[in-house]
Amino acid sequence: MSFYREMIAAGFGGQGVMLLGQIVAHAALNEGNNVMWIPSYGPEMRGGTANCSVIVSDGEVASPLVSSPDVLIIMNQPSLAKFVGNLRKGGILIYNEDLVTYDDPRDDINIVKVKANSIAMELGNEKVANIVVLGALAEAADIASVDALKEAVKEILGAKKAHLLEINMKAFEKGQEVGKQHVAQANS
Amino acid sequence: MAEVKIFERPKSMTDVSTHYCPGCTHGIVHRLVAEVIDELGIQEKTAGVAPVGCAVLLYNYINTDMYEAAHGRAPAVATGCKRVRPDLTVFTYQGDGDLASIGAAEIVHAANRGENITVIFINNAIYGMTGGQMAPTTLLKQRTTTCPFGRDPKANGYPIRVAEMLATLEAPGYIARVTVARPKYVIKAKEAIKKAFQTQIDGKGFSLVEVLSTCPTNWGMRPTEALKWLEENMIPYYPLGEFKLPN
Amino acid sequence: MSNRVLMKGNEAFAEAAVQAGCKYFFGYPITPQNEIPEYMSKRLPEVGGVYLQAESEVAGINMIFGAAGTGFRTLISSSSPGISLMSEGISYITAAELPCVIINVMRGGPGLGGILPAQSDYFQATKGGGHGDYRLLTLAPGTLQEATEFIMMAFDLAEYYRNPVMILADGFMGQMMEAIEFKKVKLNYDIPDPKEWAIGYMAERGKRALIKSLSLDPEMLEKHNQKLQEKYRRMEEKEVRYESVGVEDADVVIAAYGTTARIAKSSIKKLRDQGMKVGLIRPQSLYPFPYKPFNDLPDGVKHVLVVEMSCGQMIEDVKLGVQGKVPVSFYGRCGGMAPSVEEIEEAAKKLLG
Repeated sequence: MSFYREMIAAGFGGQGVMLLGQIVAHAALNEGNNVMWIPSYGPEMRGGTANCSVIVSDGEVASPLVSSPDVLIIMNQPSLAKFVGNLRKGGILIYNEDLVTYDDPRDDINIVKVKANSIAMELGNEKVANIVVLGALAEAADIASVDALKEAVKEILGAKKAHLLEINMKAFEKGQEVGKQHVAQANS
Repeated sequence: MAEVKIFERPKSMTDVSTHYCPGCTHGIVHRLVAEVIDELGIQEKTAGVAPVGCAVLLYNYINTDMYEAAHGRAPAVATGCKRVRPDLTVFTYQGDGDLASIGAAEIVHAANRGENITVIFINNAIYGMTGGQMAPTTLLKQRTTTCPFGRDPKANGYPIRVAEMLATLEAPGYIARVTVARPKYVIKAKEAIKKAFQTQIDGKGFSLVEVLSTCPTNWGMRPTEALKWLEENMIPYYPLGEFKLPN
Repeated sequence: MSNRVLMKGNEAFAEAAVQAGCKYFFGYPITPQNEIPEYMSKRLPEVGGVYLQAESEVAGINMIFGAAGTGFRTLISSSSPGISLMSEGISYITAAELPCVIINVMRGGPGLGGILPAQSDYFQATKGGGHGDYRLLTLAPGTLQEATEFIMMAFDLAEYYRNPVMILADGFMGQMMEAIEFKKVKLNYDIPDPKEWAIGYMAERGKRALIKSLSLDPEMLEKHNQKLQEKYRRMEEKEVRYESVGVEDADVVIAAYGTTARIAKSSIKKLRDQGMKVGLIRPQSLYPFPYKPFNDLPDGVKHVLVVEMSCGQMIEDVKLGVQGKVPVSFYGRCGGMAPSVEEIEEAAKKLLG
């Protein structure tokens, strides 16, 4: 069976969901896969709801449209309503518990709740909430490896934002903890 | 006694007769441009851009590399050429409909960028090639085929003073208004055209010379009457002079 | 593998042009292609080139007229409404036989329309757009990788034919990111030296250059048109490009280009997995259009399904190719909506009965 994973990440503009998707694409590319990242674009660039899709495959990526993802990252409430019904059966939903409530959740999917904003605030910068979620994704989903994702964060921050590397790595690790707990629970 | 040649066709003019109407001043201005190109020794390093209008066939008369542009777009064409080949001297030659109406955006922005090109702007207060319609520079009360009762500012606004308008911009290097209505003016006109080309050669940015010209055919006058009309009606509204000088 | 870089389509288009030796870009902002001018404004100064933001698309294409007249490689990009504004200039450029490359990252129309992806400028690109009997060599890449290769090739084609080449992409392609490997693409064509015709070589050539489209003598203008038409016939012989997948045993053949063809490929895979024989013809050149594969469809093909992000434009060329031998149906979405994998699958199933 060939490797083919589809992901959607959605939230408010400014929450870093586009970047999160790009980091996943970078990581998967560095692991030798074919990747495709595509944003929603337009006036929602700031403030409105934004989302991006990522496809990772060891073969050809044909259609760039993701209708039923394997992985769904939800950073705000309106995005949950918009996308959760499309998540593939058995897929994984990672949502930002600080801004999203999910009453009456689907029972045919795996759910990882991350207090992304609280954790980021504790670390001293709310902006790294997306990296907290990325850390959780690294452990809980199998779209790209932990090492590759970590490297991709470093790569994307680059020399210009090297001063932000430490806090981003901490955020990633905090997210990993949440992801690991979920995996442990699922296996118990 | 040896023969002394005191007058000849400039090298930068082709050896053909122009298509212009009797008494039209385009021919004079063409010649001035060609003489200036000769005197500056830049014939083989010059690219001209012809407009749409009576001077569309300029490329048949000026013997340099030539473009013929779409209506109003000569400053954009000149910009494209000059940006790729800054070593060439690039000029446009445009009428009032081409430059001040359909090409208003292109001339304003070329001037505002300080585009290092030279513009020769023929203002004869009318559309010539299409048969005498109102131009943006048509004077108040002046009759044309599309303002048969005379230009009414309530309906058509006021004649645009292009030289003054562009001189409000920071970037242009040289802007002047001249005429060719009498020999004394012709001498001044040539000086201005030469200054404009020199401004470009010195890399001092956008230069424009507005030339008040006649259109006897569409004004419905004899050539001599047209020259007189120009002096009596156009110069009072469009004062001659230099509006911007290079630093 | 290590040479692959993850890039946004628009940026990859721009980089491909730079790598093809294009140093001059004149553009105007319009969504969804803004990353092209943005990239060029940073990149071109690095290679000693010029980026200039024009005051309008109208001015931009005329700057290209001036720049292309010097014989150097020039690029302009826009999206649908902007291309409409450029159409006059494109007509002049074809008439004056100037080479340049134009990228249209299509969005939904008509009018101001929307900013989301569409393929509704097919007619404009392939059948005219501007006035007069002219043609644009039009290439429709399917992936970002192919787009970079087509763009490099486009500069050679433009110079060889002295005709503008249009890259017809869509908003998806402009905005998506994929891994690109920049390969040197060079056509083995005998490209004339621009010094033979371009502005700026009067002394070397001993003759001035005249870049114009006016021709008041009707006999001369007819001759000029005939010359252009001969050139277009040469393109039709030499520049037809398409991809054909699984047509040999197909009951239904899908015809689609660009992003729509990618979506259709996923549909076809699902259909094949269910034992249904569906193939794909993907035109890569839209002008000249690949009529032949449609004319030469295998006997087993019972139906052709054209899928577009438009209300049906390429279908007219497909019908010309098929020549009534089998029925031709259409499925399209428009206005920024894209046909889904499932929708195409359903449309094909209906035809399979």
